[in-house]
Amino acid sequence: MWGYYVTLALRSSARSKALTALVIVLLAFGVSACMVSYAVFRATTSDPLPGKSSQLYVPLVDNVGPSYNNQGEPIETLSYIDAVALWQAHQANRQTLIYSTTWQVESGNSLVPAMSLGGDAVTTDFFPMFDVPFRYGGGWTADDDARHATVAVISRHLNEVLFGGQNSVGHEIRLDNQLFRIDGVLEDWNPRPRYFDAGSHGTVYAFNDAGDIYIPFARATDMKKDSTFAYCPTASRQSDTSHWDAYLHSECDRIDAWVELDTPADADRFREYLRNYAAEQQRLGRFSWAPNIRLRNLTDWLAFLDVTPAASTLSMLVSASFLLIVLVNVVGLMLARFMRRAPEIGVRRALGASRAAIYRQFLIEAATMGFVGGLLGVALTLLGVWGAGGLFEPNIARLVQADSSLVTLTVLLAMAATVVSALYPTWRAAQTQPAWQIKIG
Amino acid sequence: MVLTRTFMQLRPIITALRRHKVATLLIVLQVALTLAVASNALLIVATRIVHLSRPTSTDEAHLFVIRNGWKLGQNAAQINANIAADLDTLRHVAGVRDAFSSQGFPLAGYSANIIARLKLEPDQKTHAQLITFYAADEHAIDTLGLTLVSGRNFRPDEIAAIGPSDKMSPPGIIVTRSLADKLFPDGSALGKTVYLPDGPTAIFGIIASLQGPLKNSGAVDGYTALVPARYLDPAGIEYLVRTDSTAMKPVIAATLKALQERSDARIIDQKQDVVTMAQVRKHAYASDHSVAMLMSIVCGLLLLATAGGIVGLSSFWVGQRRRQIGIRRSLGATSGDILRYFHAENFLIVSGGVALGALLAFLANLGLMQLYELPRIPLYAPLLGALVLWLLGQLAVWGPARSAARVPPVVAIRTE
Repeated sequence: MWGYYVTLALRSSARSKALTALVIVLLAFGVSACMVSYAVFRATTSDPLPGKSSQLYVPLVDNVGPSYNNQGEPIETLSYIDAVALWQAHQANRQTLIYSTTWQVESGNSLVPAMSLGGDAVTTDFFPMFDVPFRYGGGWTADDDARHATVAVISRHLNEVLFGGQNSVGHEIRLDNQLFRIDGVLEDWNPRPRYFDAGSHGTVYAFNDAGDIYIPFARATDMKKDSTFAYCPTASRQSDTSHWDAYLHSECDRIDAWVELDTPADADRFREYLRNYAAEQQRLGRFSWAPNIRLRNLTDWLAFLDVTPAASTLSMLVSASFLLIVLVNVVGLMLARFMRRAPEIGVRRALGASRAAIYRQFLIEAATMGFVGGLLGVALTLLGVWGAGGLFEPNIARLVQADSSLVTLTVLLAMAATVVSALYPTWRAAQTQPAWQIKIG
Repeated sequence: MVLTRTFMQLRPIITALRRHKVATLLIVLQVALTLAVASNALLIVATRIVHLSRPTSTDEAHLFVIRNGWKLGQNAAQINANIAADLDTLRHVAGVRDAFSSQGFPLAGYSANIIARLKLEPDQKTHAQLITFYAADEHAIDTLGLTLVSGRNFRPDEIAAIGPSDKMSPPGIIVTRSLADKLFPDGSALGKTVYLPDGPTAIFGIIASLQGPLKNSGAVDGYTALVPARYLDPAGIEYLVRTDSTAMKPVIAATLKALQERSDARIIDQKQDVVTMAQVRKHAYASDHSVAMLMSIVCGLLLLATAGGIVGLSSFWVGQRRRQIGIRRSLGATSGDILRYFHAENFLIVSGGVALGALLAFLANLGLMQLYELPRIPLYAPLLGALVLWLLGQLAVWGPARSAARVPPVVAIRTE
């Protein structure tokens, strides 16, 4: 029966070529506009750490008070004092402190000129917490953290540049004129968004590449390396690093901290600990305000920071409206198409076809057209994804890719959309009175 | 005459439309949605284009920037000497018109040391004027291609070397006209004393205009000052270079070579650290550009879809009413009457859509204003949209109406 209805659909399409073509082209454009936007949207909002995003939390403590905080929200990073206090309290299974900075890099390789490269000062749990993949070696030990060791983990890219991609574990590189032993080389690792230090970077840099160099947090602090970003509760909001110790123990917020908490109960316990910590600081006279703390998991954190670029949500919104308008259009065209065939329906009904059969026939016809529209839509979507480079910013455009799920979704959306918009026309077609049609004929 | 004949037809049109309630409603709905979406999308396009076409007021076609990083272990005096020698080298490269060093450049984006607050009184309690500034020397005005409208340029002896934690207290500054007028609305800014956070300074000169380093800077746009200073930031400095011709590639290569030959105390990544102002502009406004493009494309597709829909449904109607048209023709209606009938019908339907669409457009605008920084939709936007849709409708119905007008009267008596 299916095959027969599809044949009927194709035959009737051949009779009204222009109308059929119009419906299919409209559908294809509407669906592909949606899918290209969806591909971008998916790329910018996808979970960067599936399976773990509900167990990694960002703790925040308001250390600047109502006159300097973000309308009641704590600043998105911790001060050095609070970060180190949290780290030493060790209230979570794993925890890491992060700040981003830049290094002057030199190696024994005289062919490579000195470079200035970005990276992060982190603590050892950084690597297992964020599932950072290693090509050679691994992260340093907790003992290295405690000894402020001169060890480093470098990116695959830097390893290519300096060591031609060979296993460089055990080799040394010079960072800001200090020798560091390479403990590990990463695989290509470029989380999107760059969530791990998004708190200090802010949304503008959320889709930048990850850095090339990771060294122990304590060592970087010993070297008086300032963070790329800092927020100081002073009139100028600027940091004064001329007196390093005073700066370190100032209320400047600059450290991204993460804790790994397996269960919601653990999170509640940690939240309680944070509140007690802030209350203690208030008792000590450091804070003149009631405890103002936050503990958000990765998913909520990215939502709070609102890292999704406006262009991405806006294009989703607009292309969805476009599809809606196309569907209204298709309803009209389908109505025209089906009503034109009233005589045919009359004959079929008179020959004993039930209403249900008419429903089946016309919905299958719609689905067939949707399928063809979907195929054309796939072509247009691929074209759009390919052309996304010209439409979106480079660092977002290169995230966008077509895969089998996108292709399947395109066809399914096209078919579903056509069937939905054919419901009313089909109902009208099924209402056709056989007697009327035959009499006129 | 034609008009009255058209209006005479309105009653039969409405009667006929009543028999096609759903199809009519569908076109009305479609026109309404199109108007609502398109007028808001075009509003977004317009605001983005206004945003991204703001002039920096510099000679962008001849400007490029070198981000020069310093190798570690140089003290302030060495960096100071290096900058002076570098600038001298740069200004002598063939094809270079002028150069100066600064801590920022137009559209560079946010960095810590580009924003200051200016007060009119040392102990002013009211809100201080937020400004952005560039460290500059006596070559800055020529390098950027600015126009000094009154006052004077800096003198070489006024350029102070400033370390990262030194105070900034220059003898005088040069401000844009918009900043001067903002501070002194009576136009008496030249020579007046204003107060930087670290002390008083005089207004030496006024330039026509200059955009600050920020690109999303509604509050400080155009409130820019040049400060006579040389930044001894151990991290690095930016050299702004103006060339004689727009063919910058050979000049860029020559300047890099000259700098490297003079001293290797620097780190310059040739790929990332050298940018022309054209590249800077493209990069800075990439997202505005992409939003504007997207919205324009969708608007174009929308209008095409709507036109397609009107053509499709109108042809169907014409097909359905062949008998009716034939009867009218045999009763004496001219083919012009038939043509006018369909155009008038379309006008009526689109008008319904426009009325509903204008309402939807305002509602959608209210919603979007909550989500994005979007201005209130101006009244002329839906009016313009309505005009476009009326035209589009008339154009779309033209084909089907013509085929209707060609229906011969004999159809009325022929049995199909």
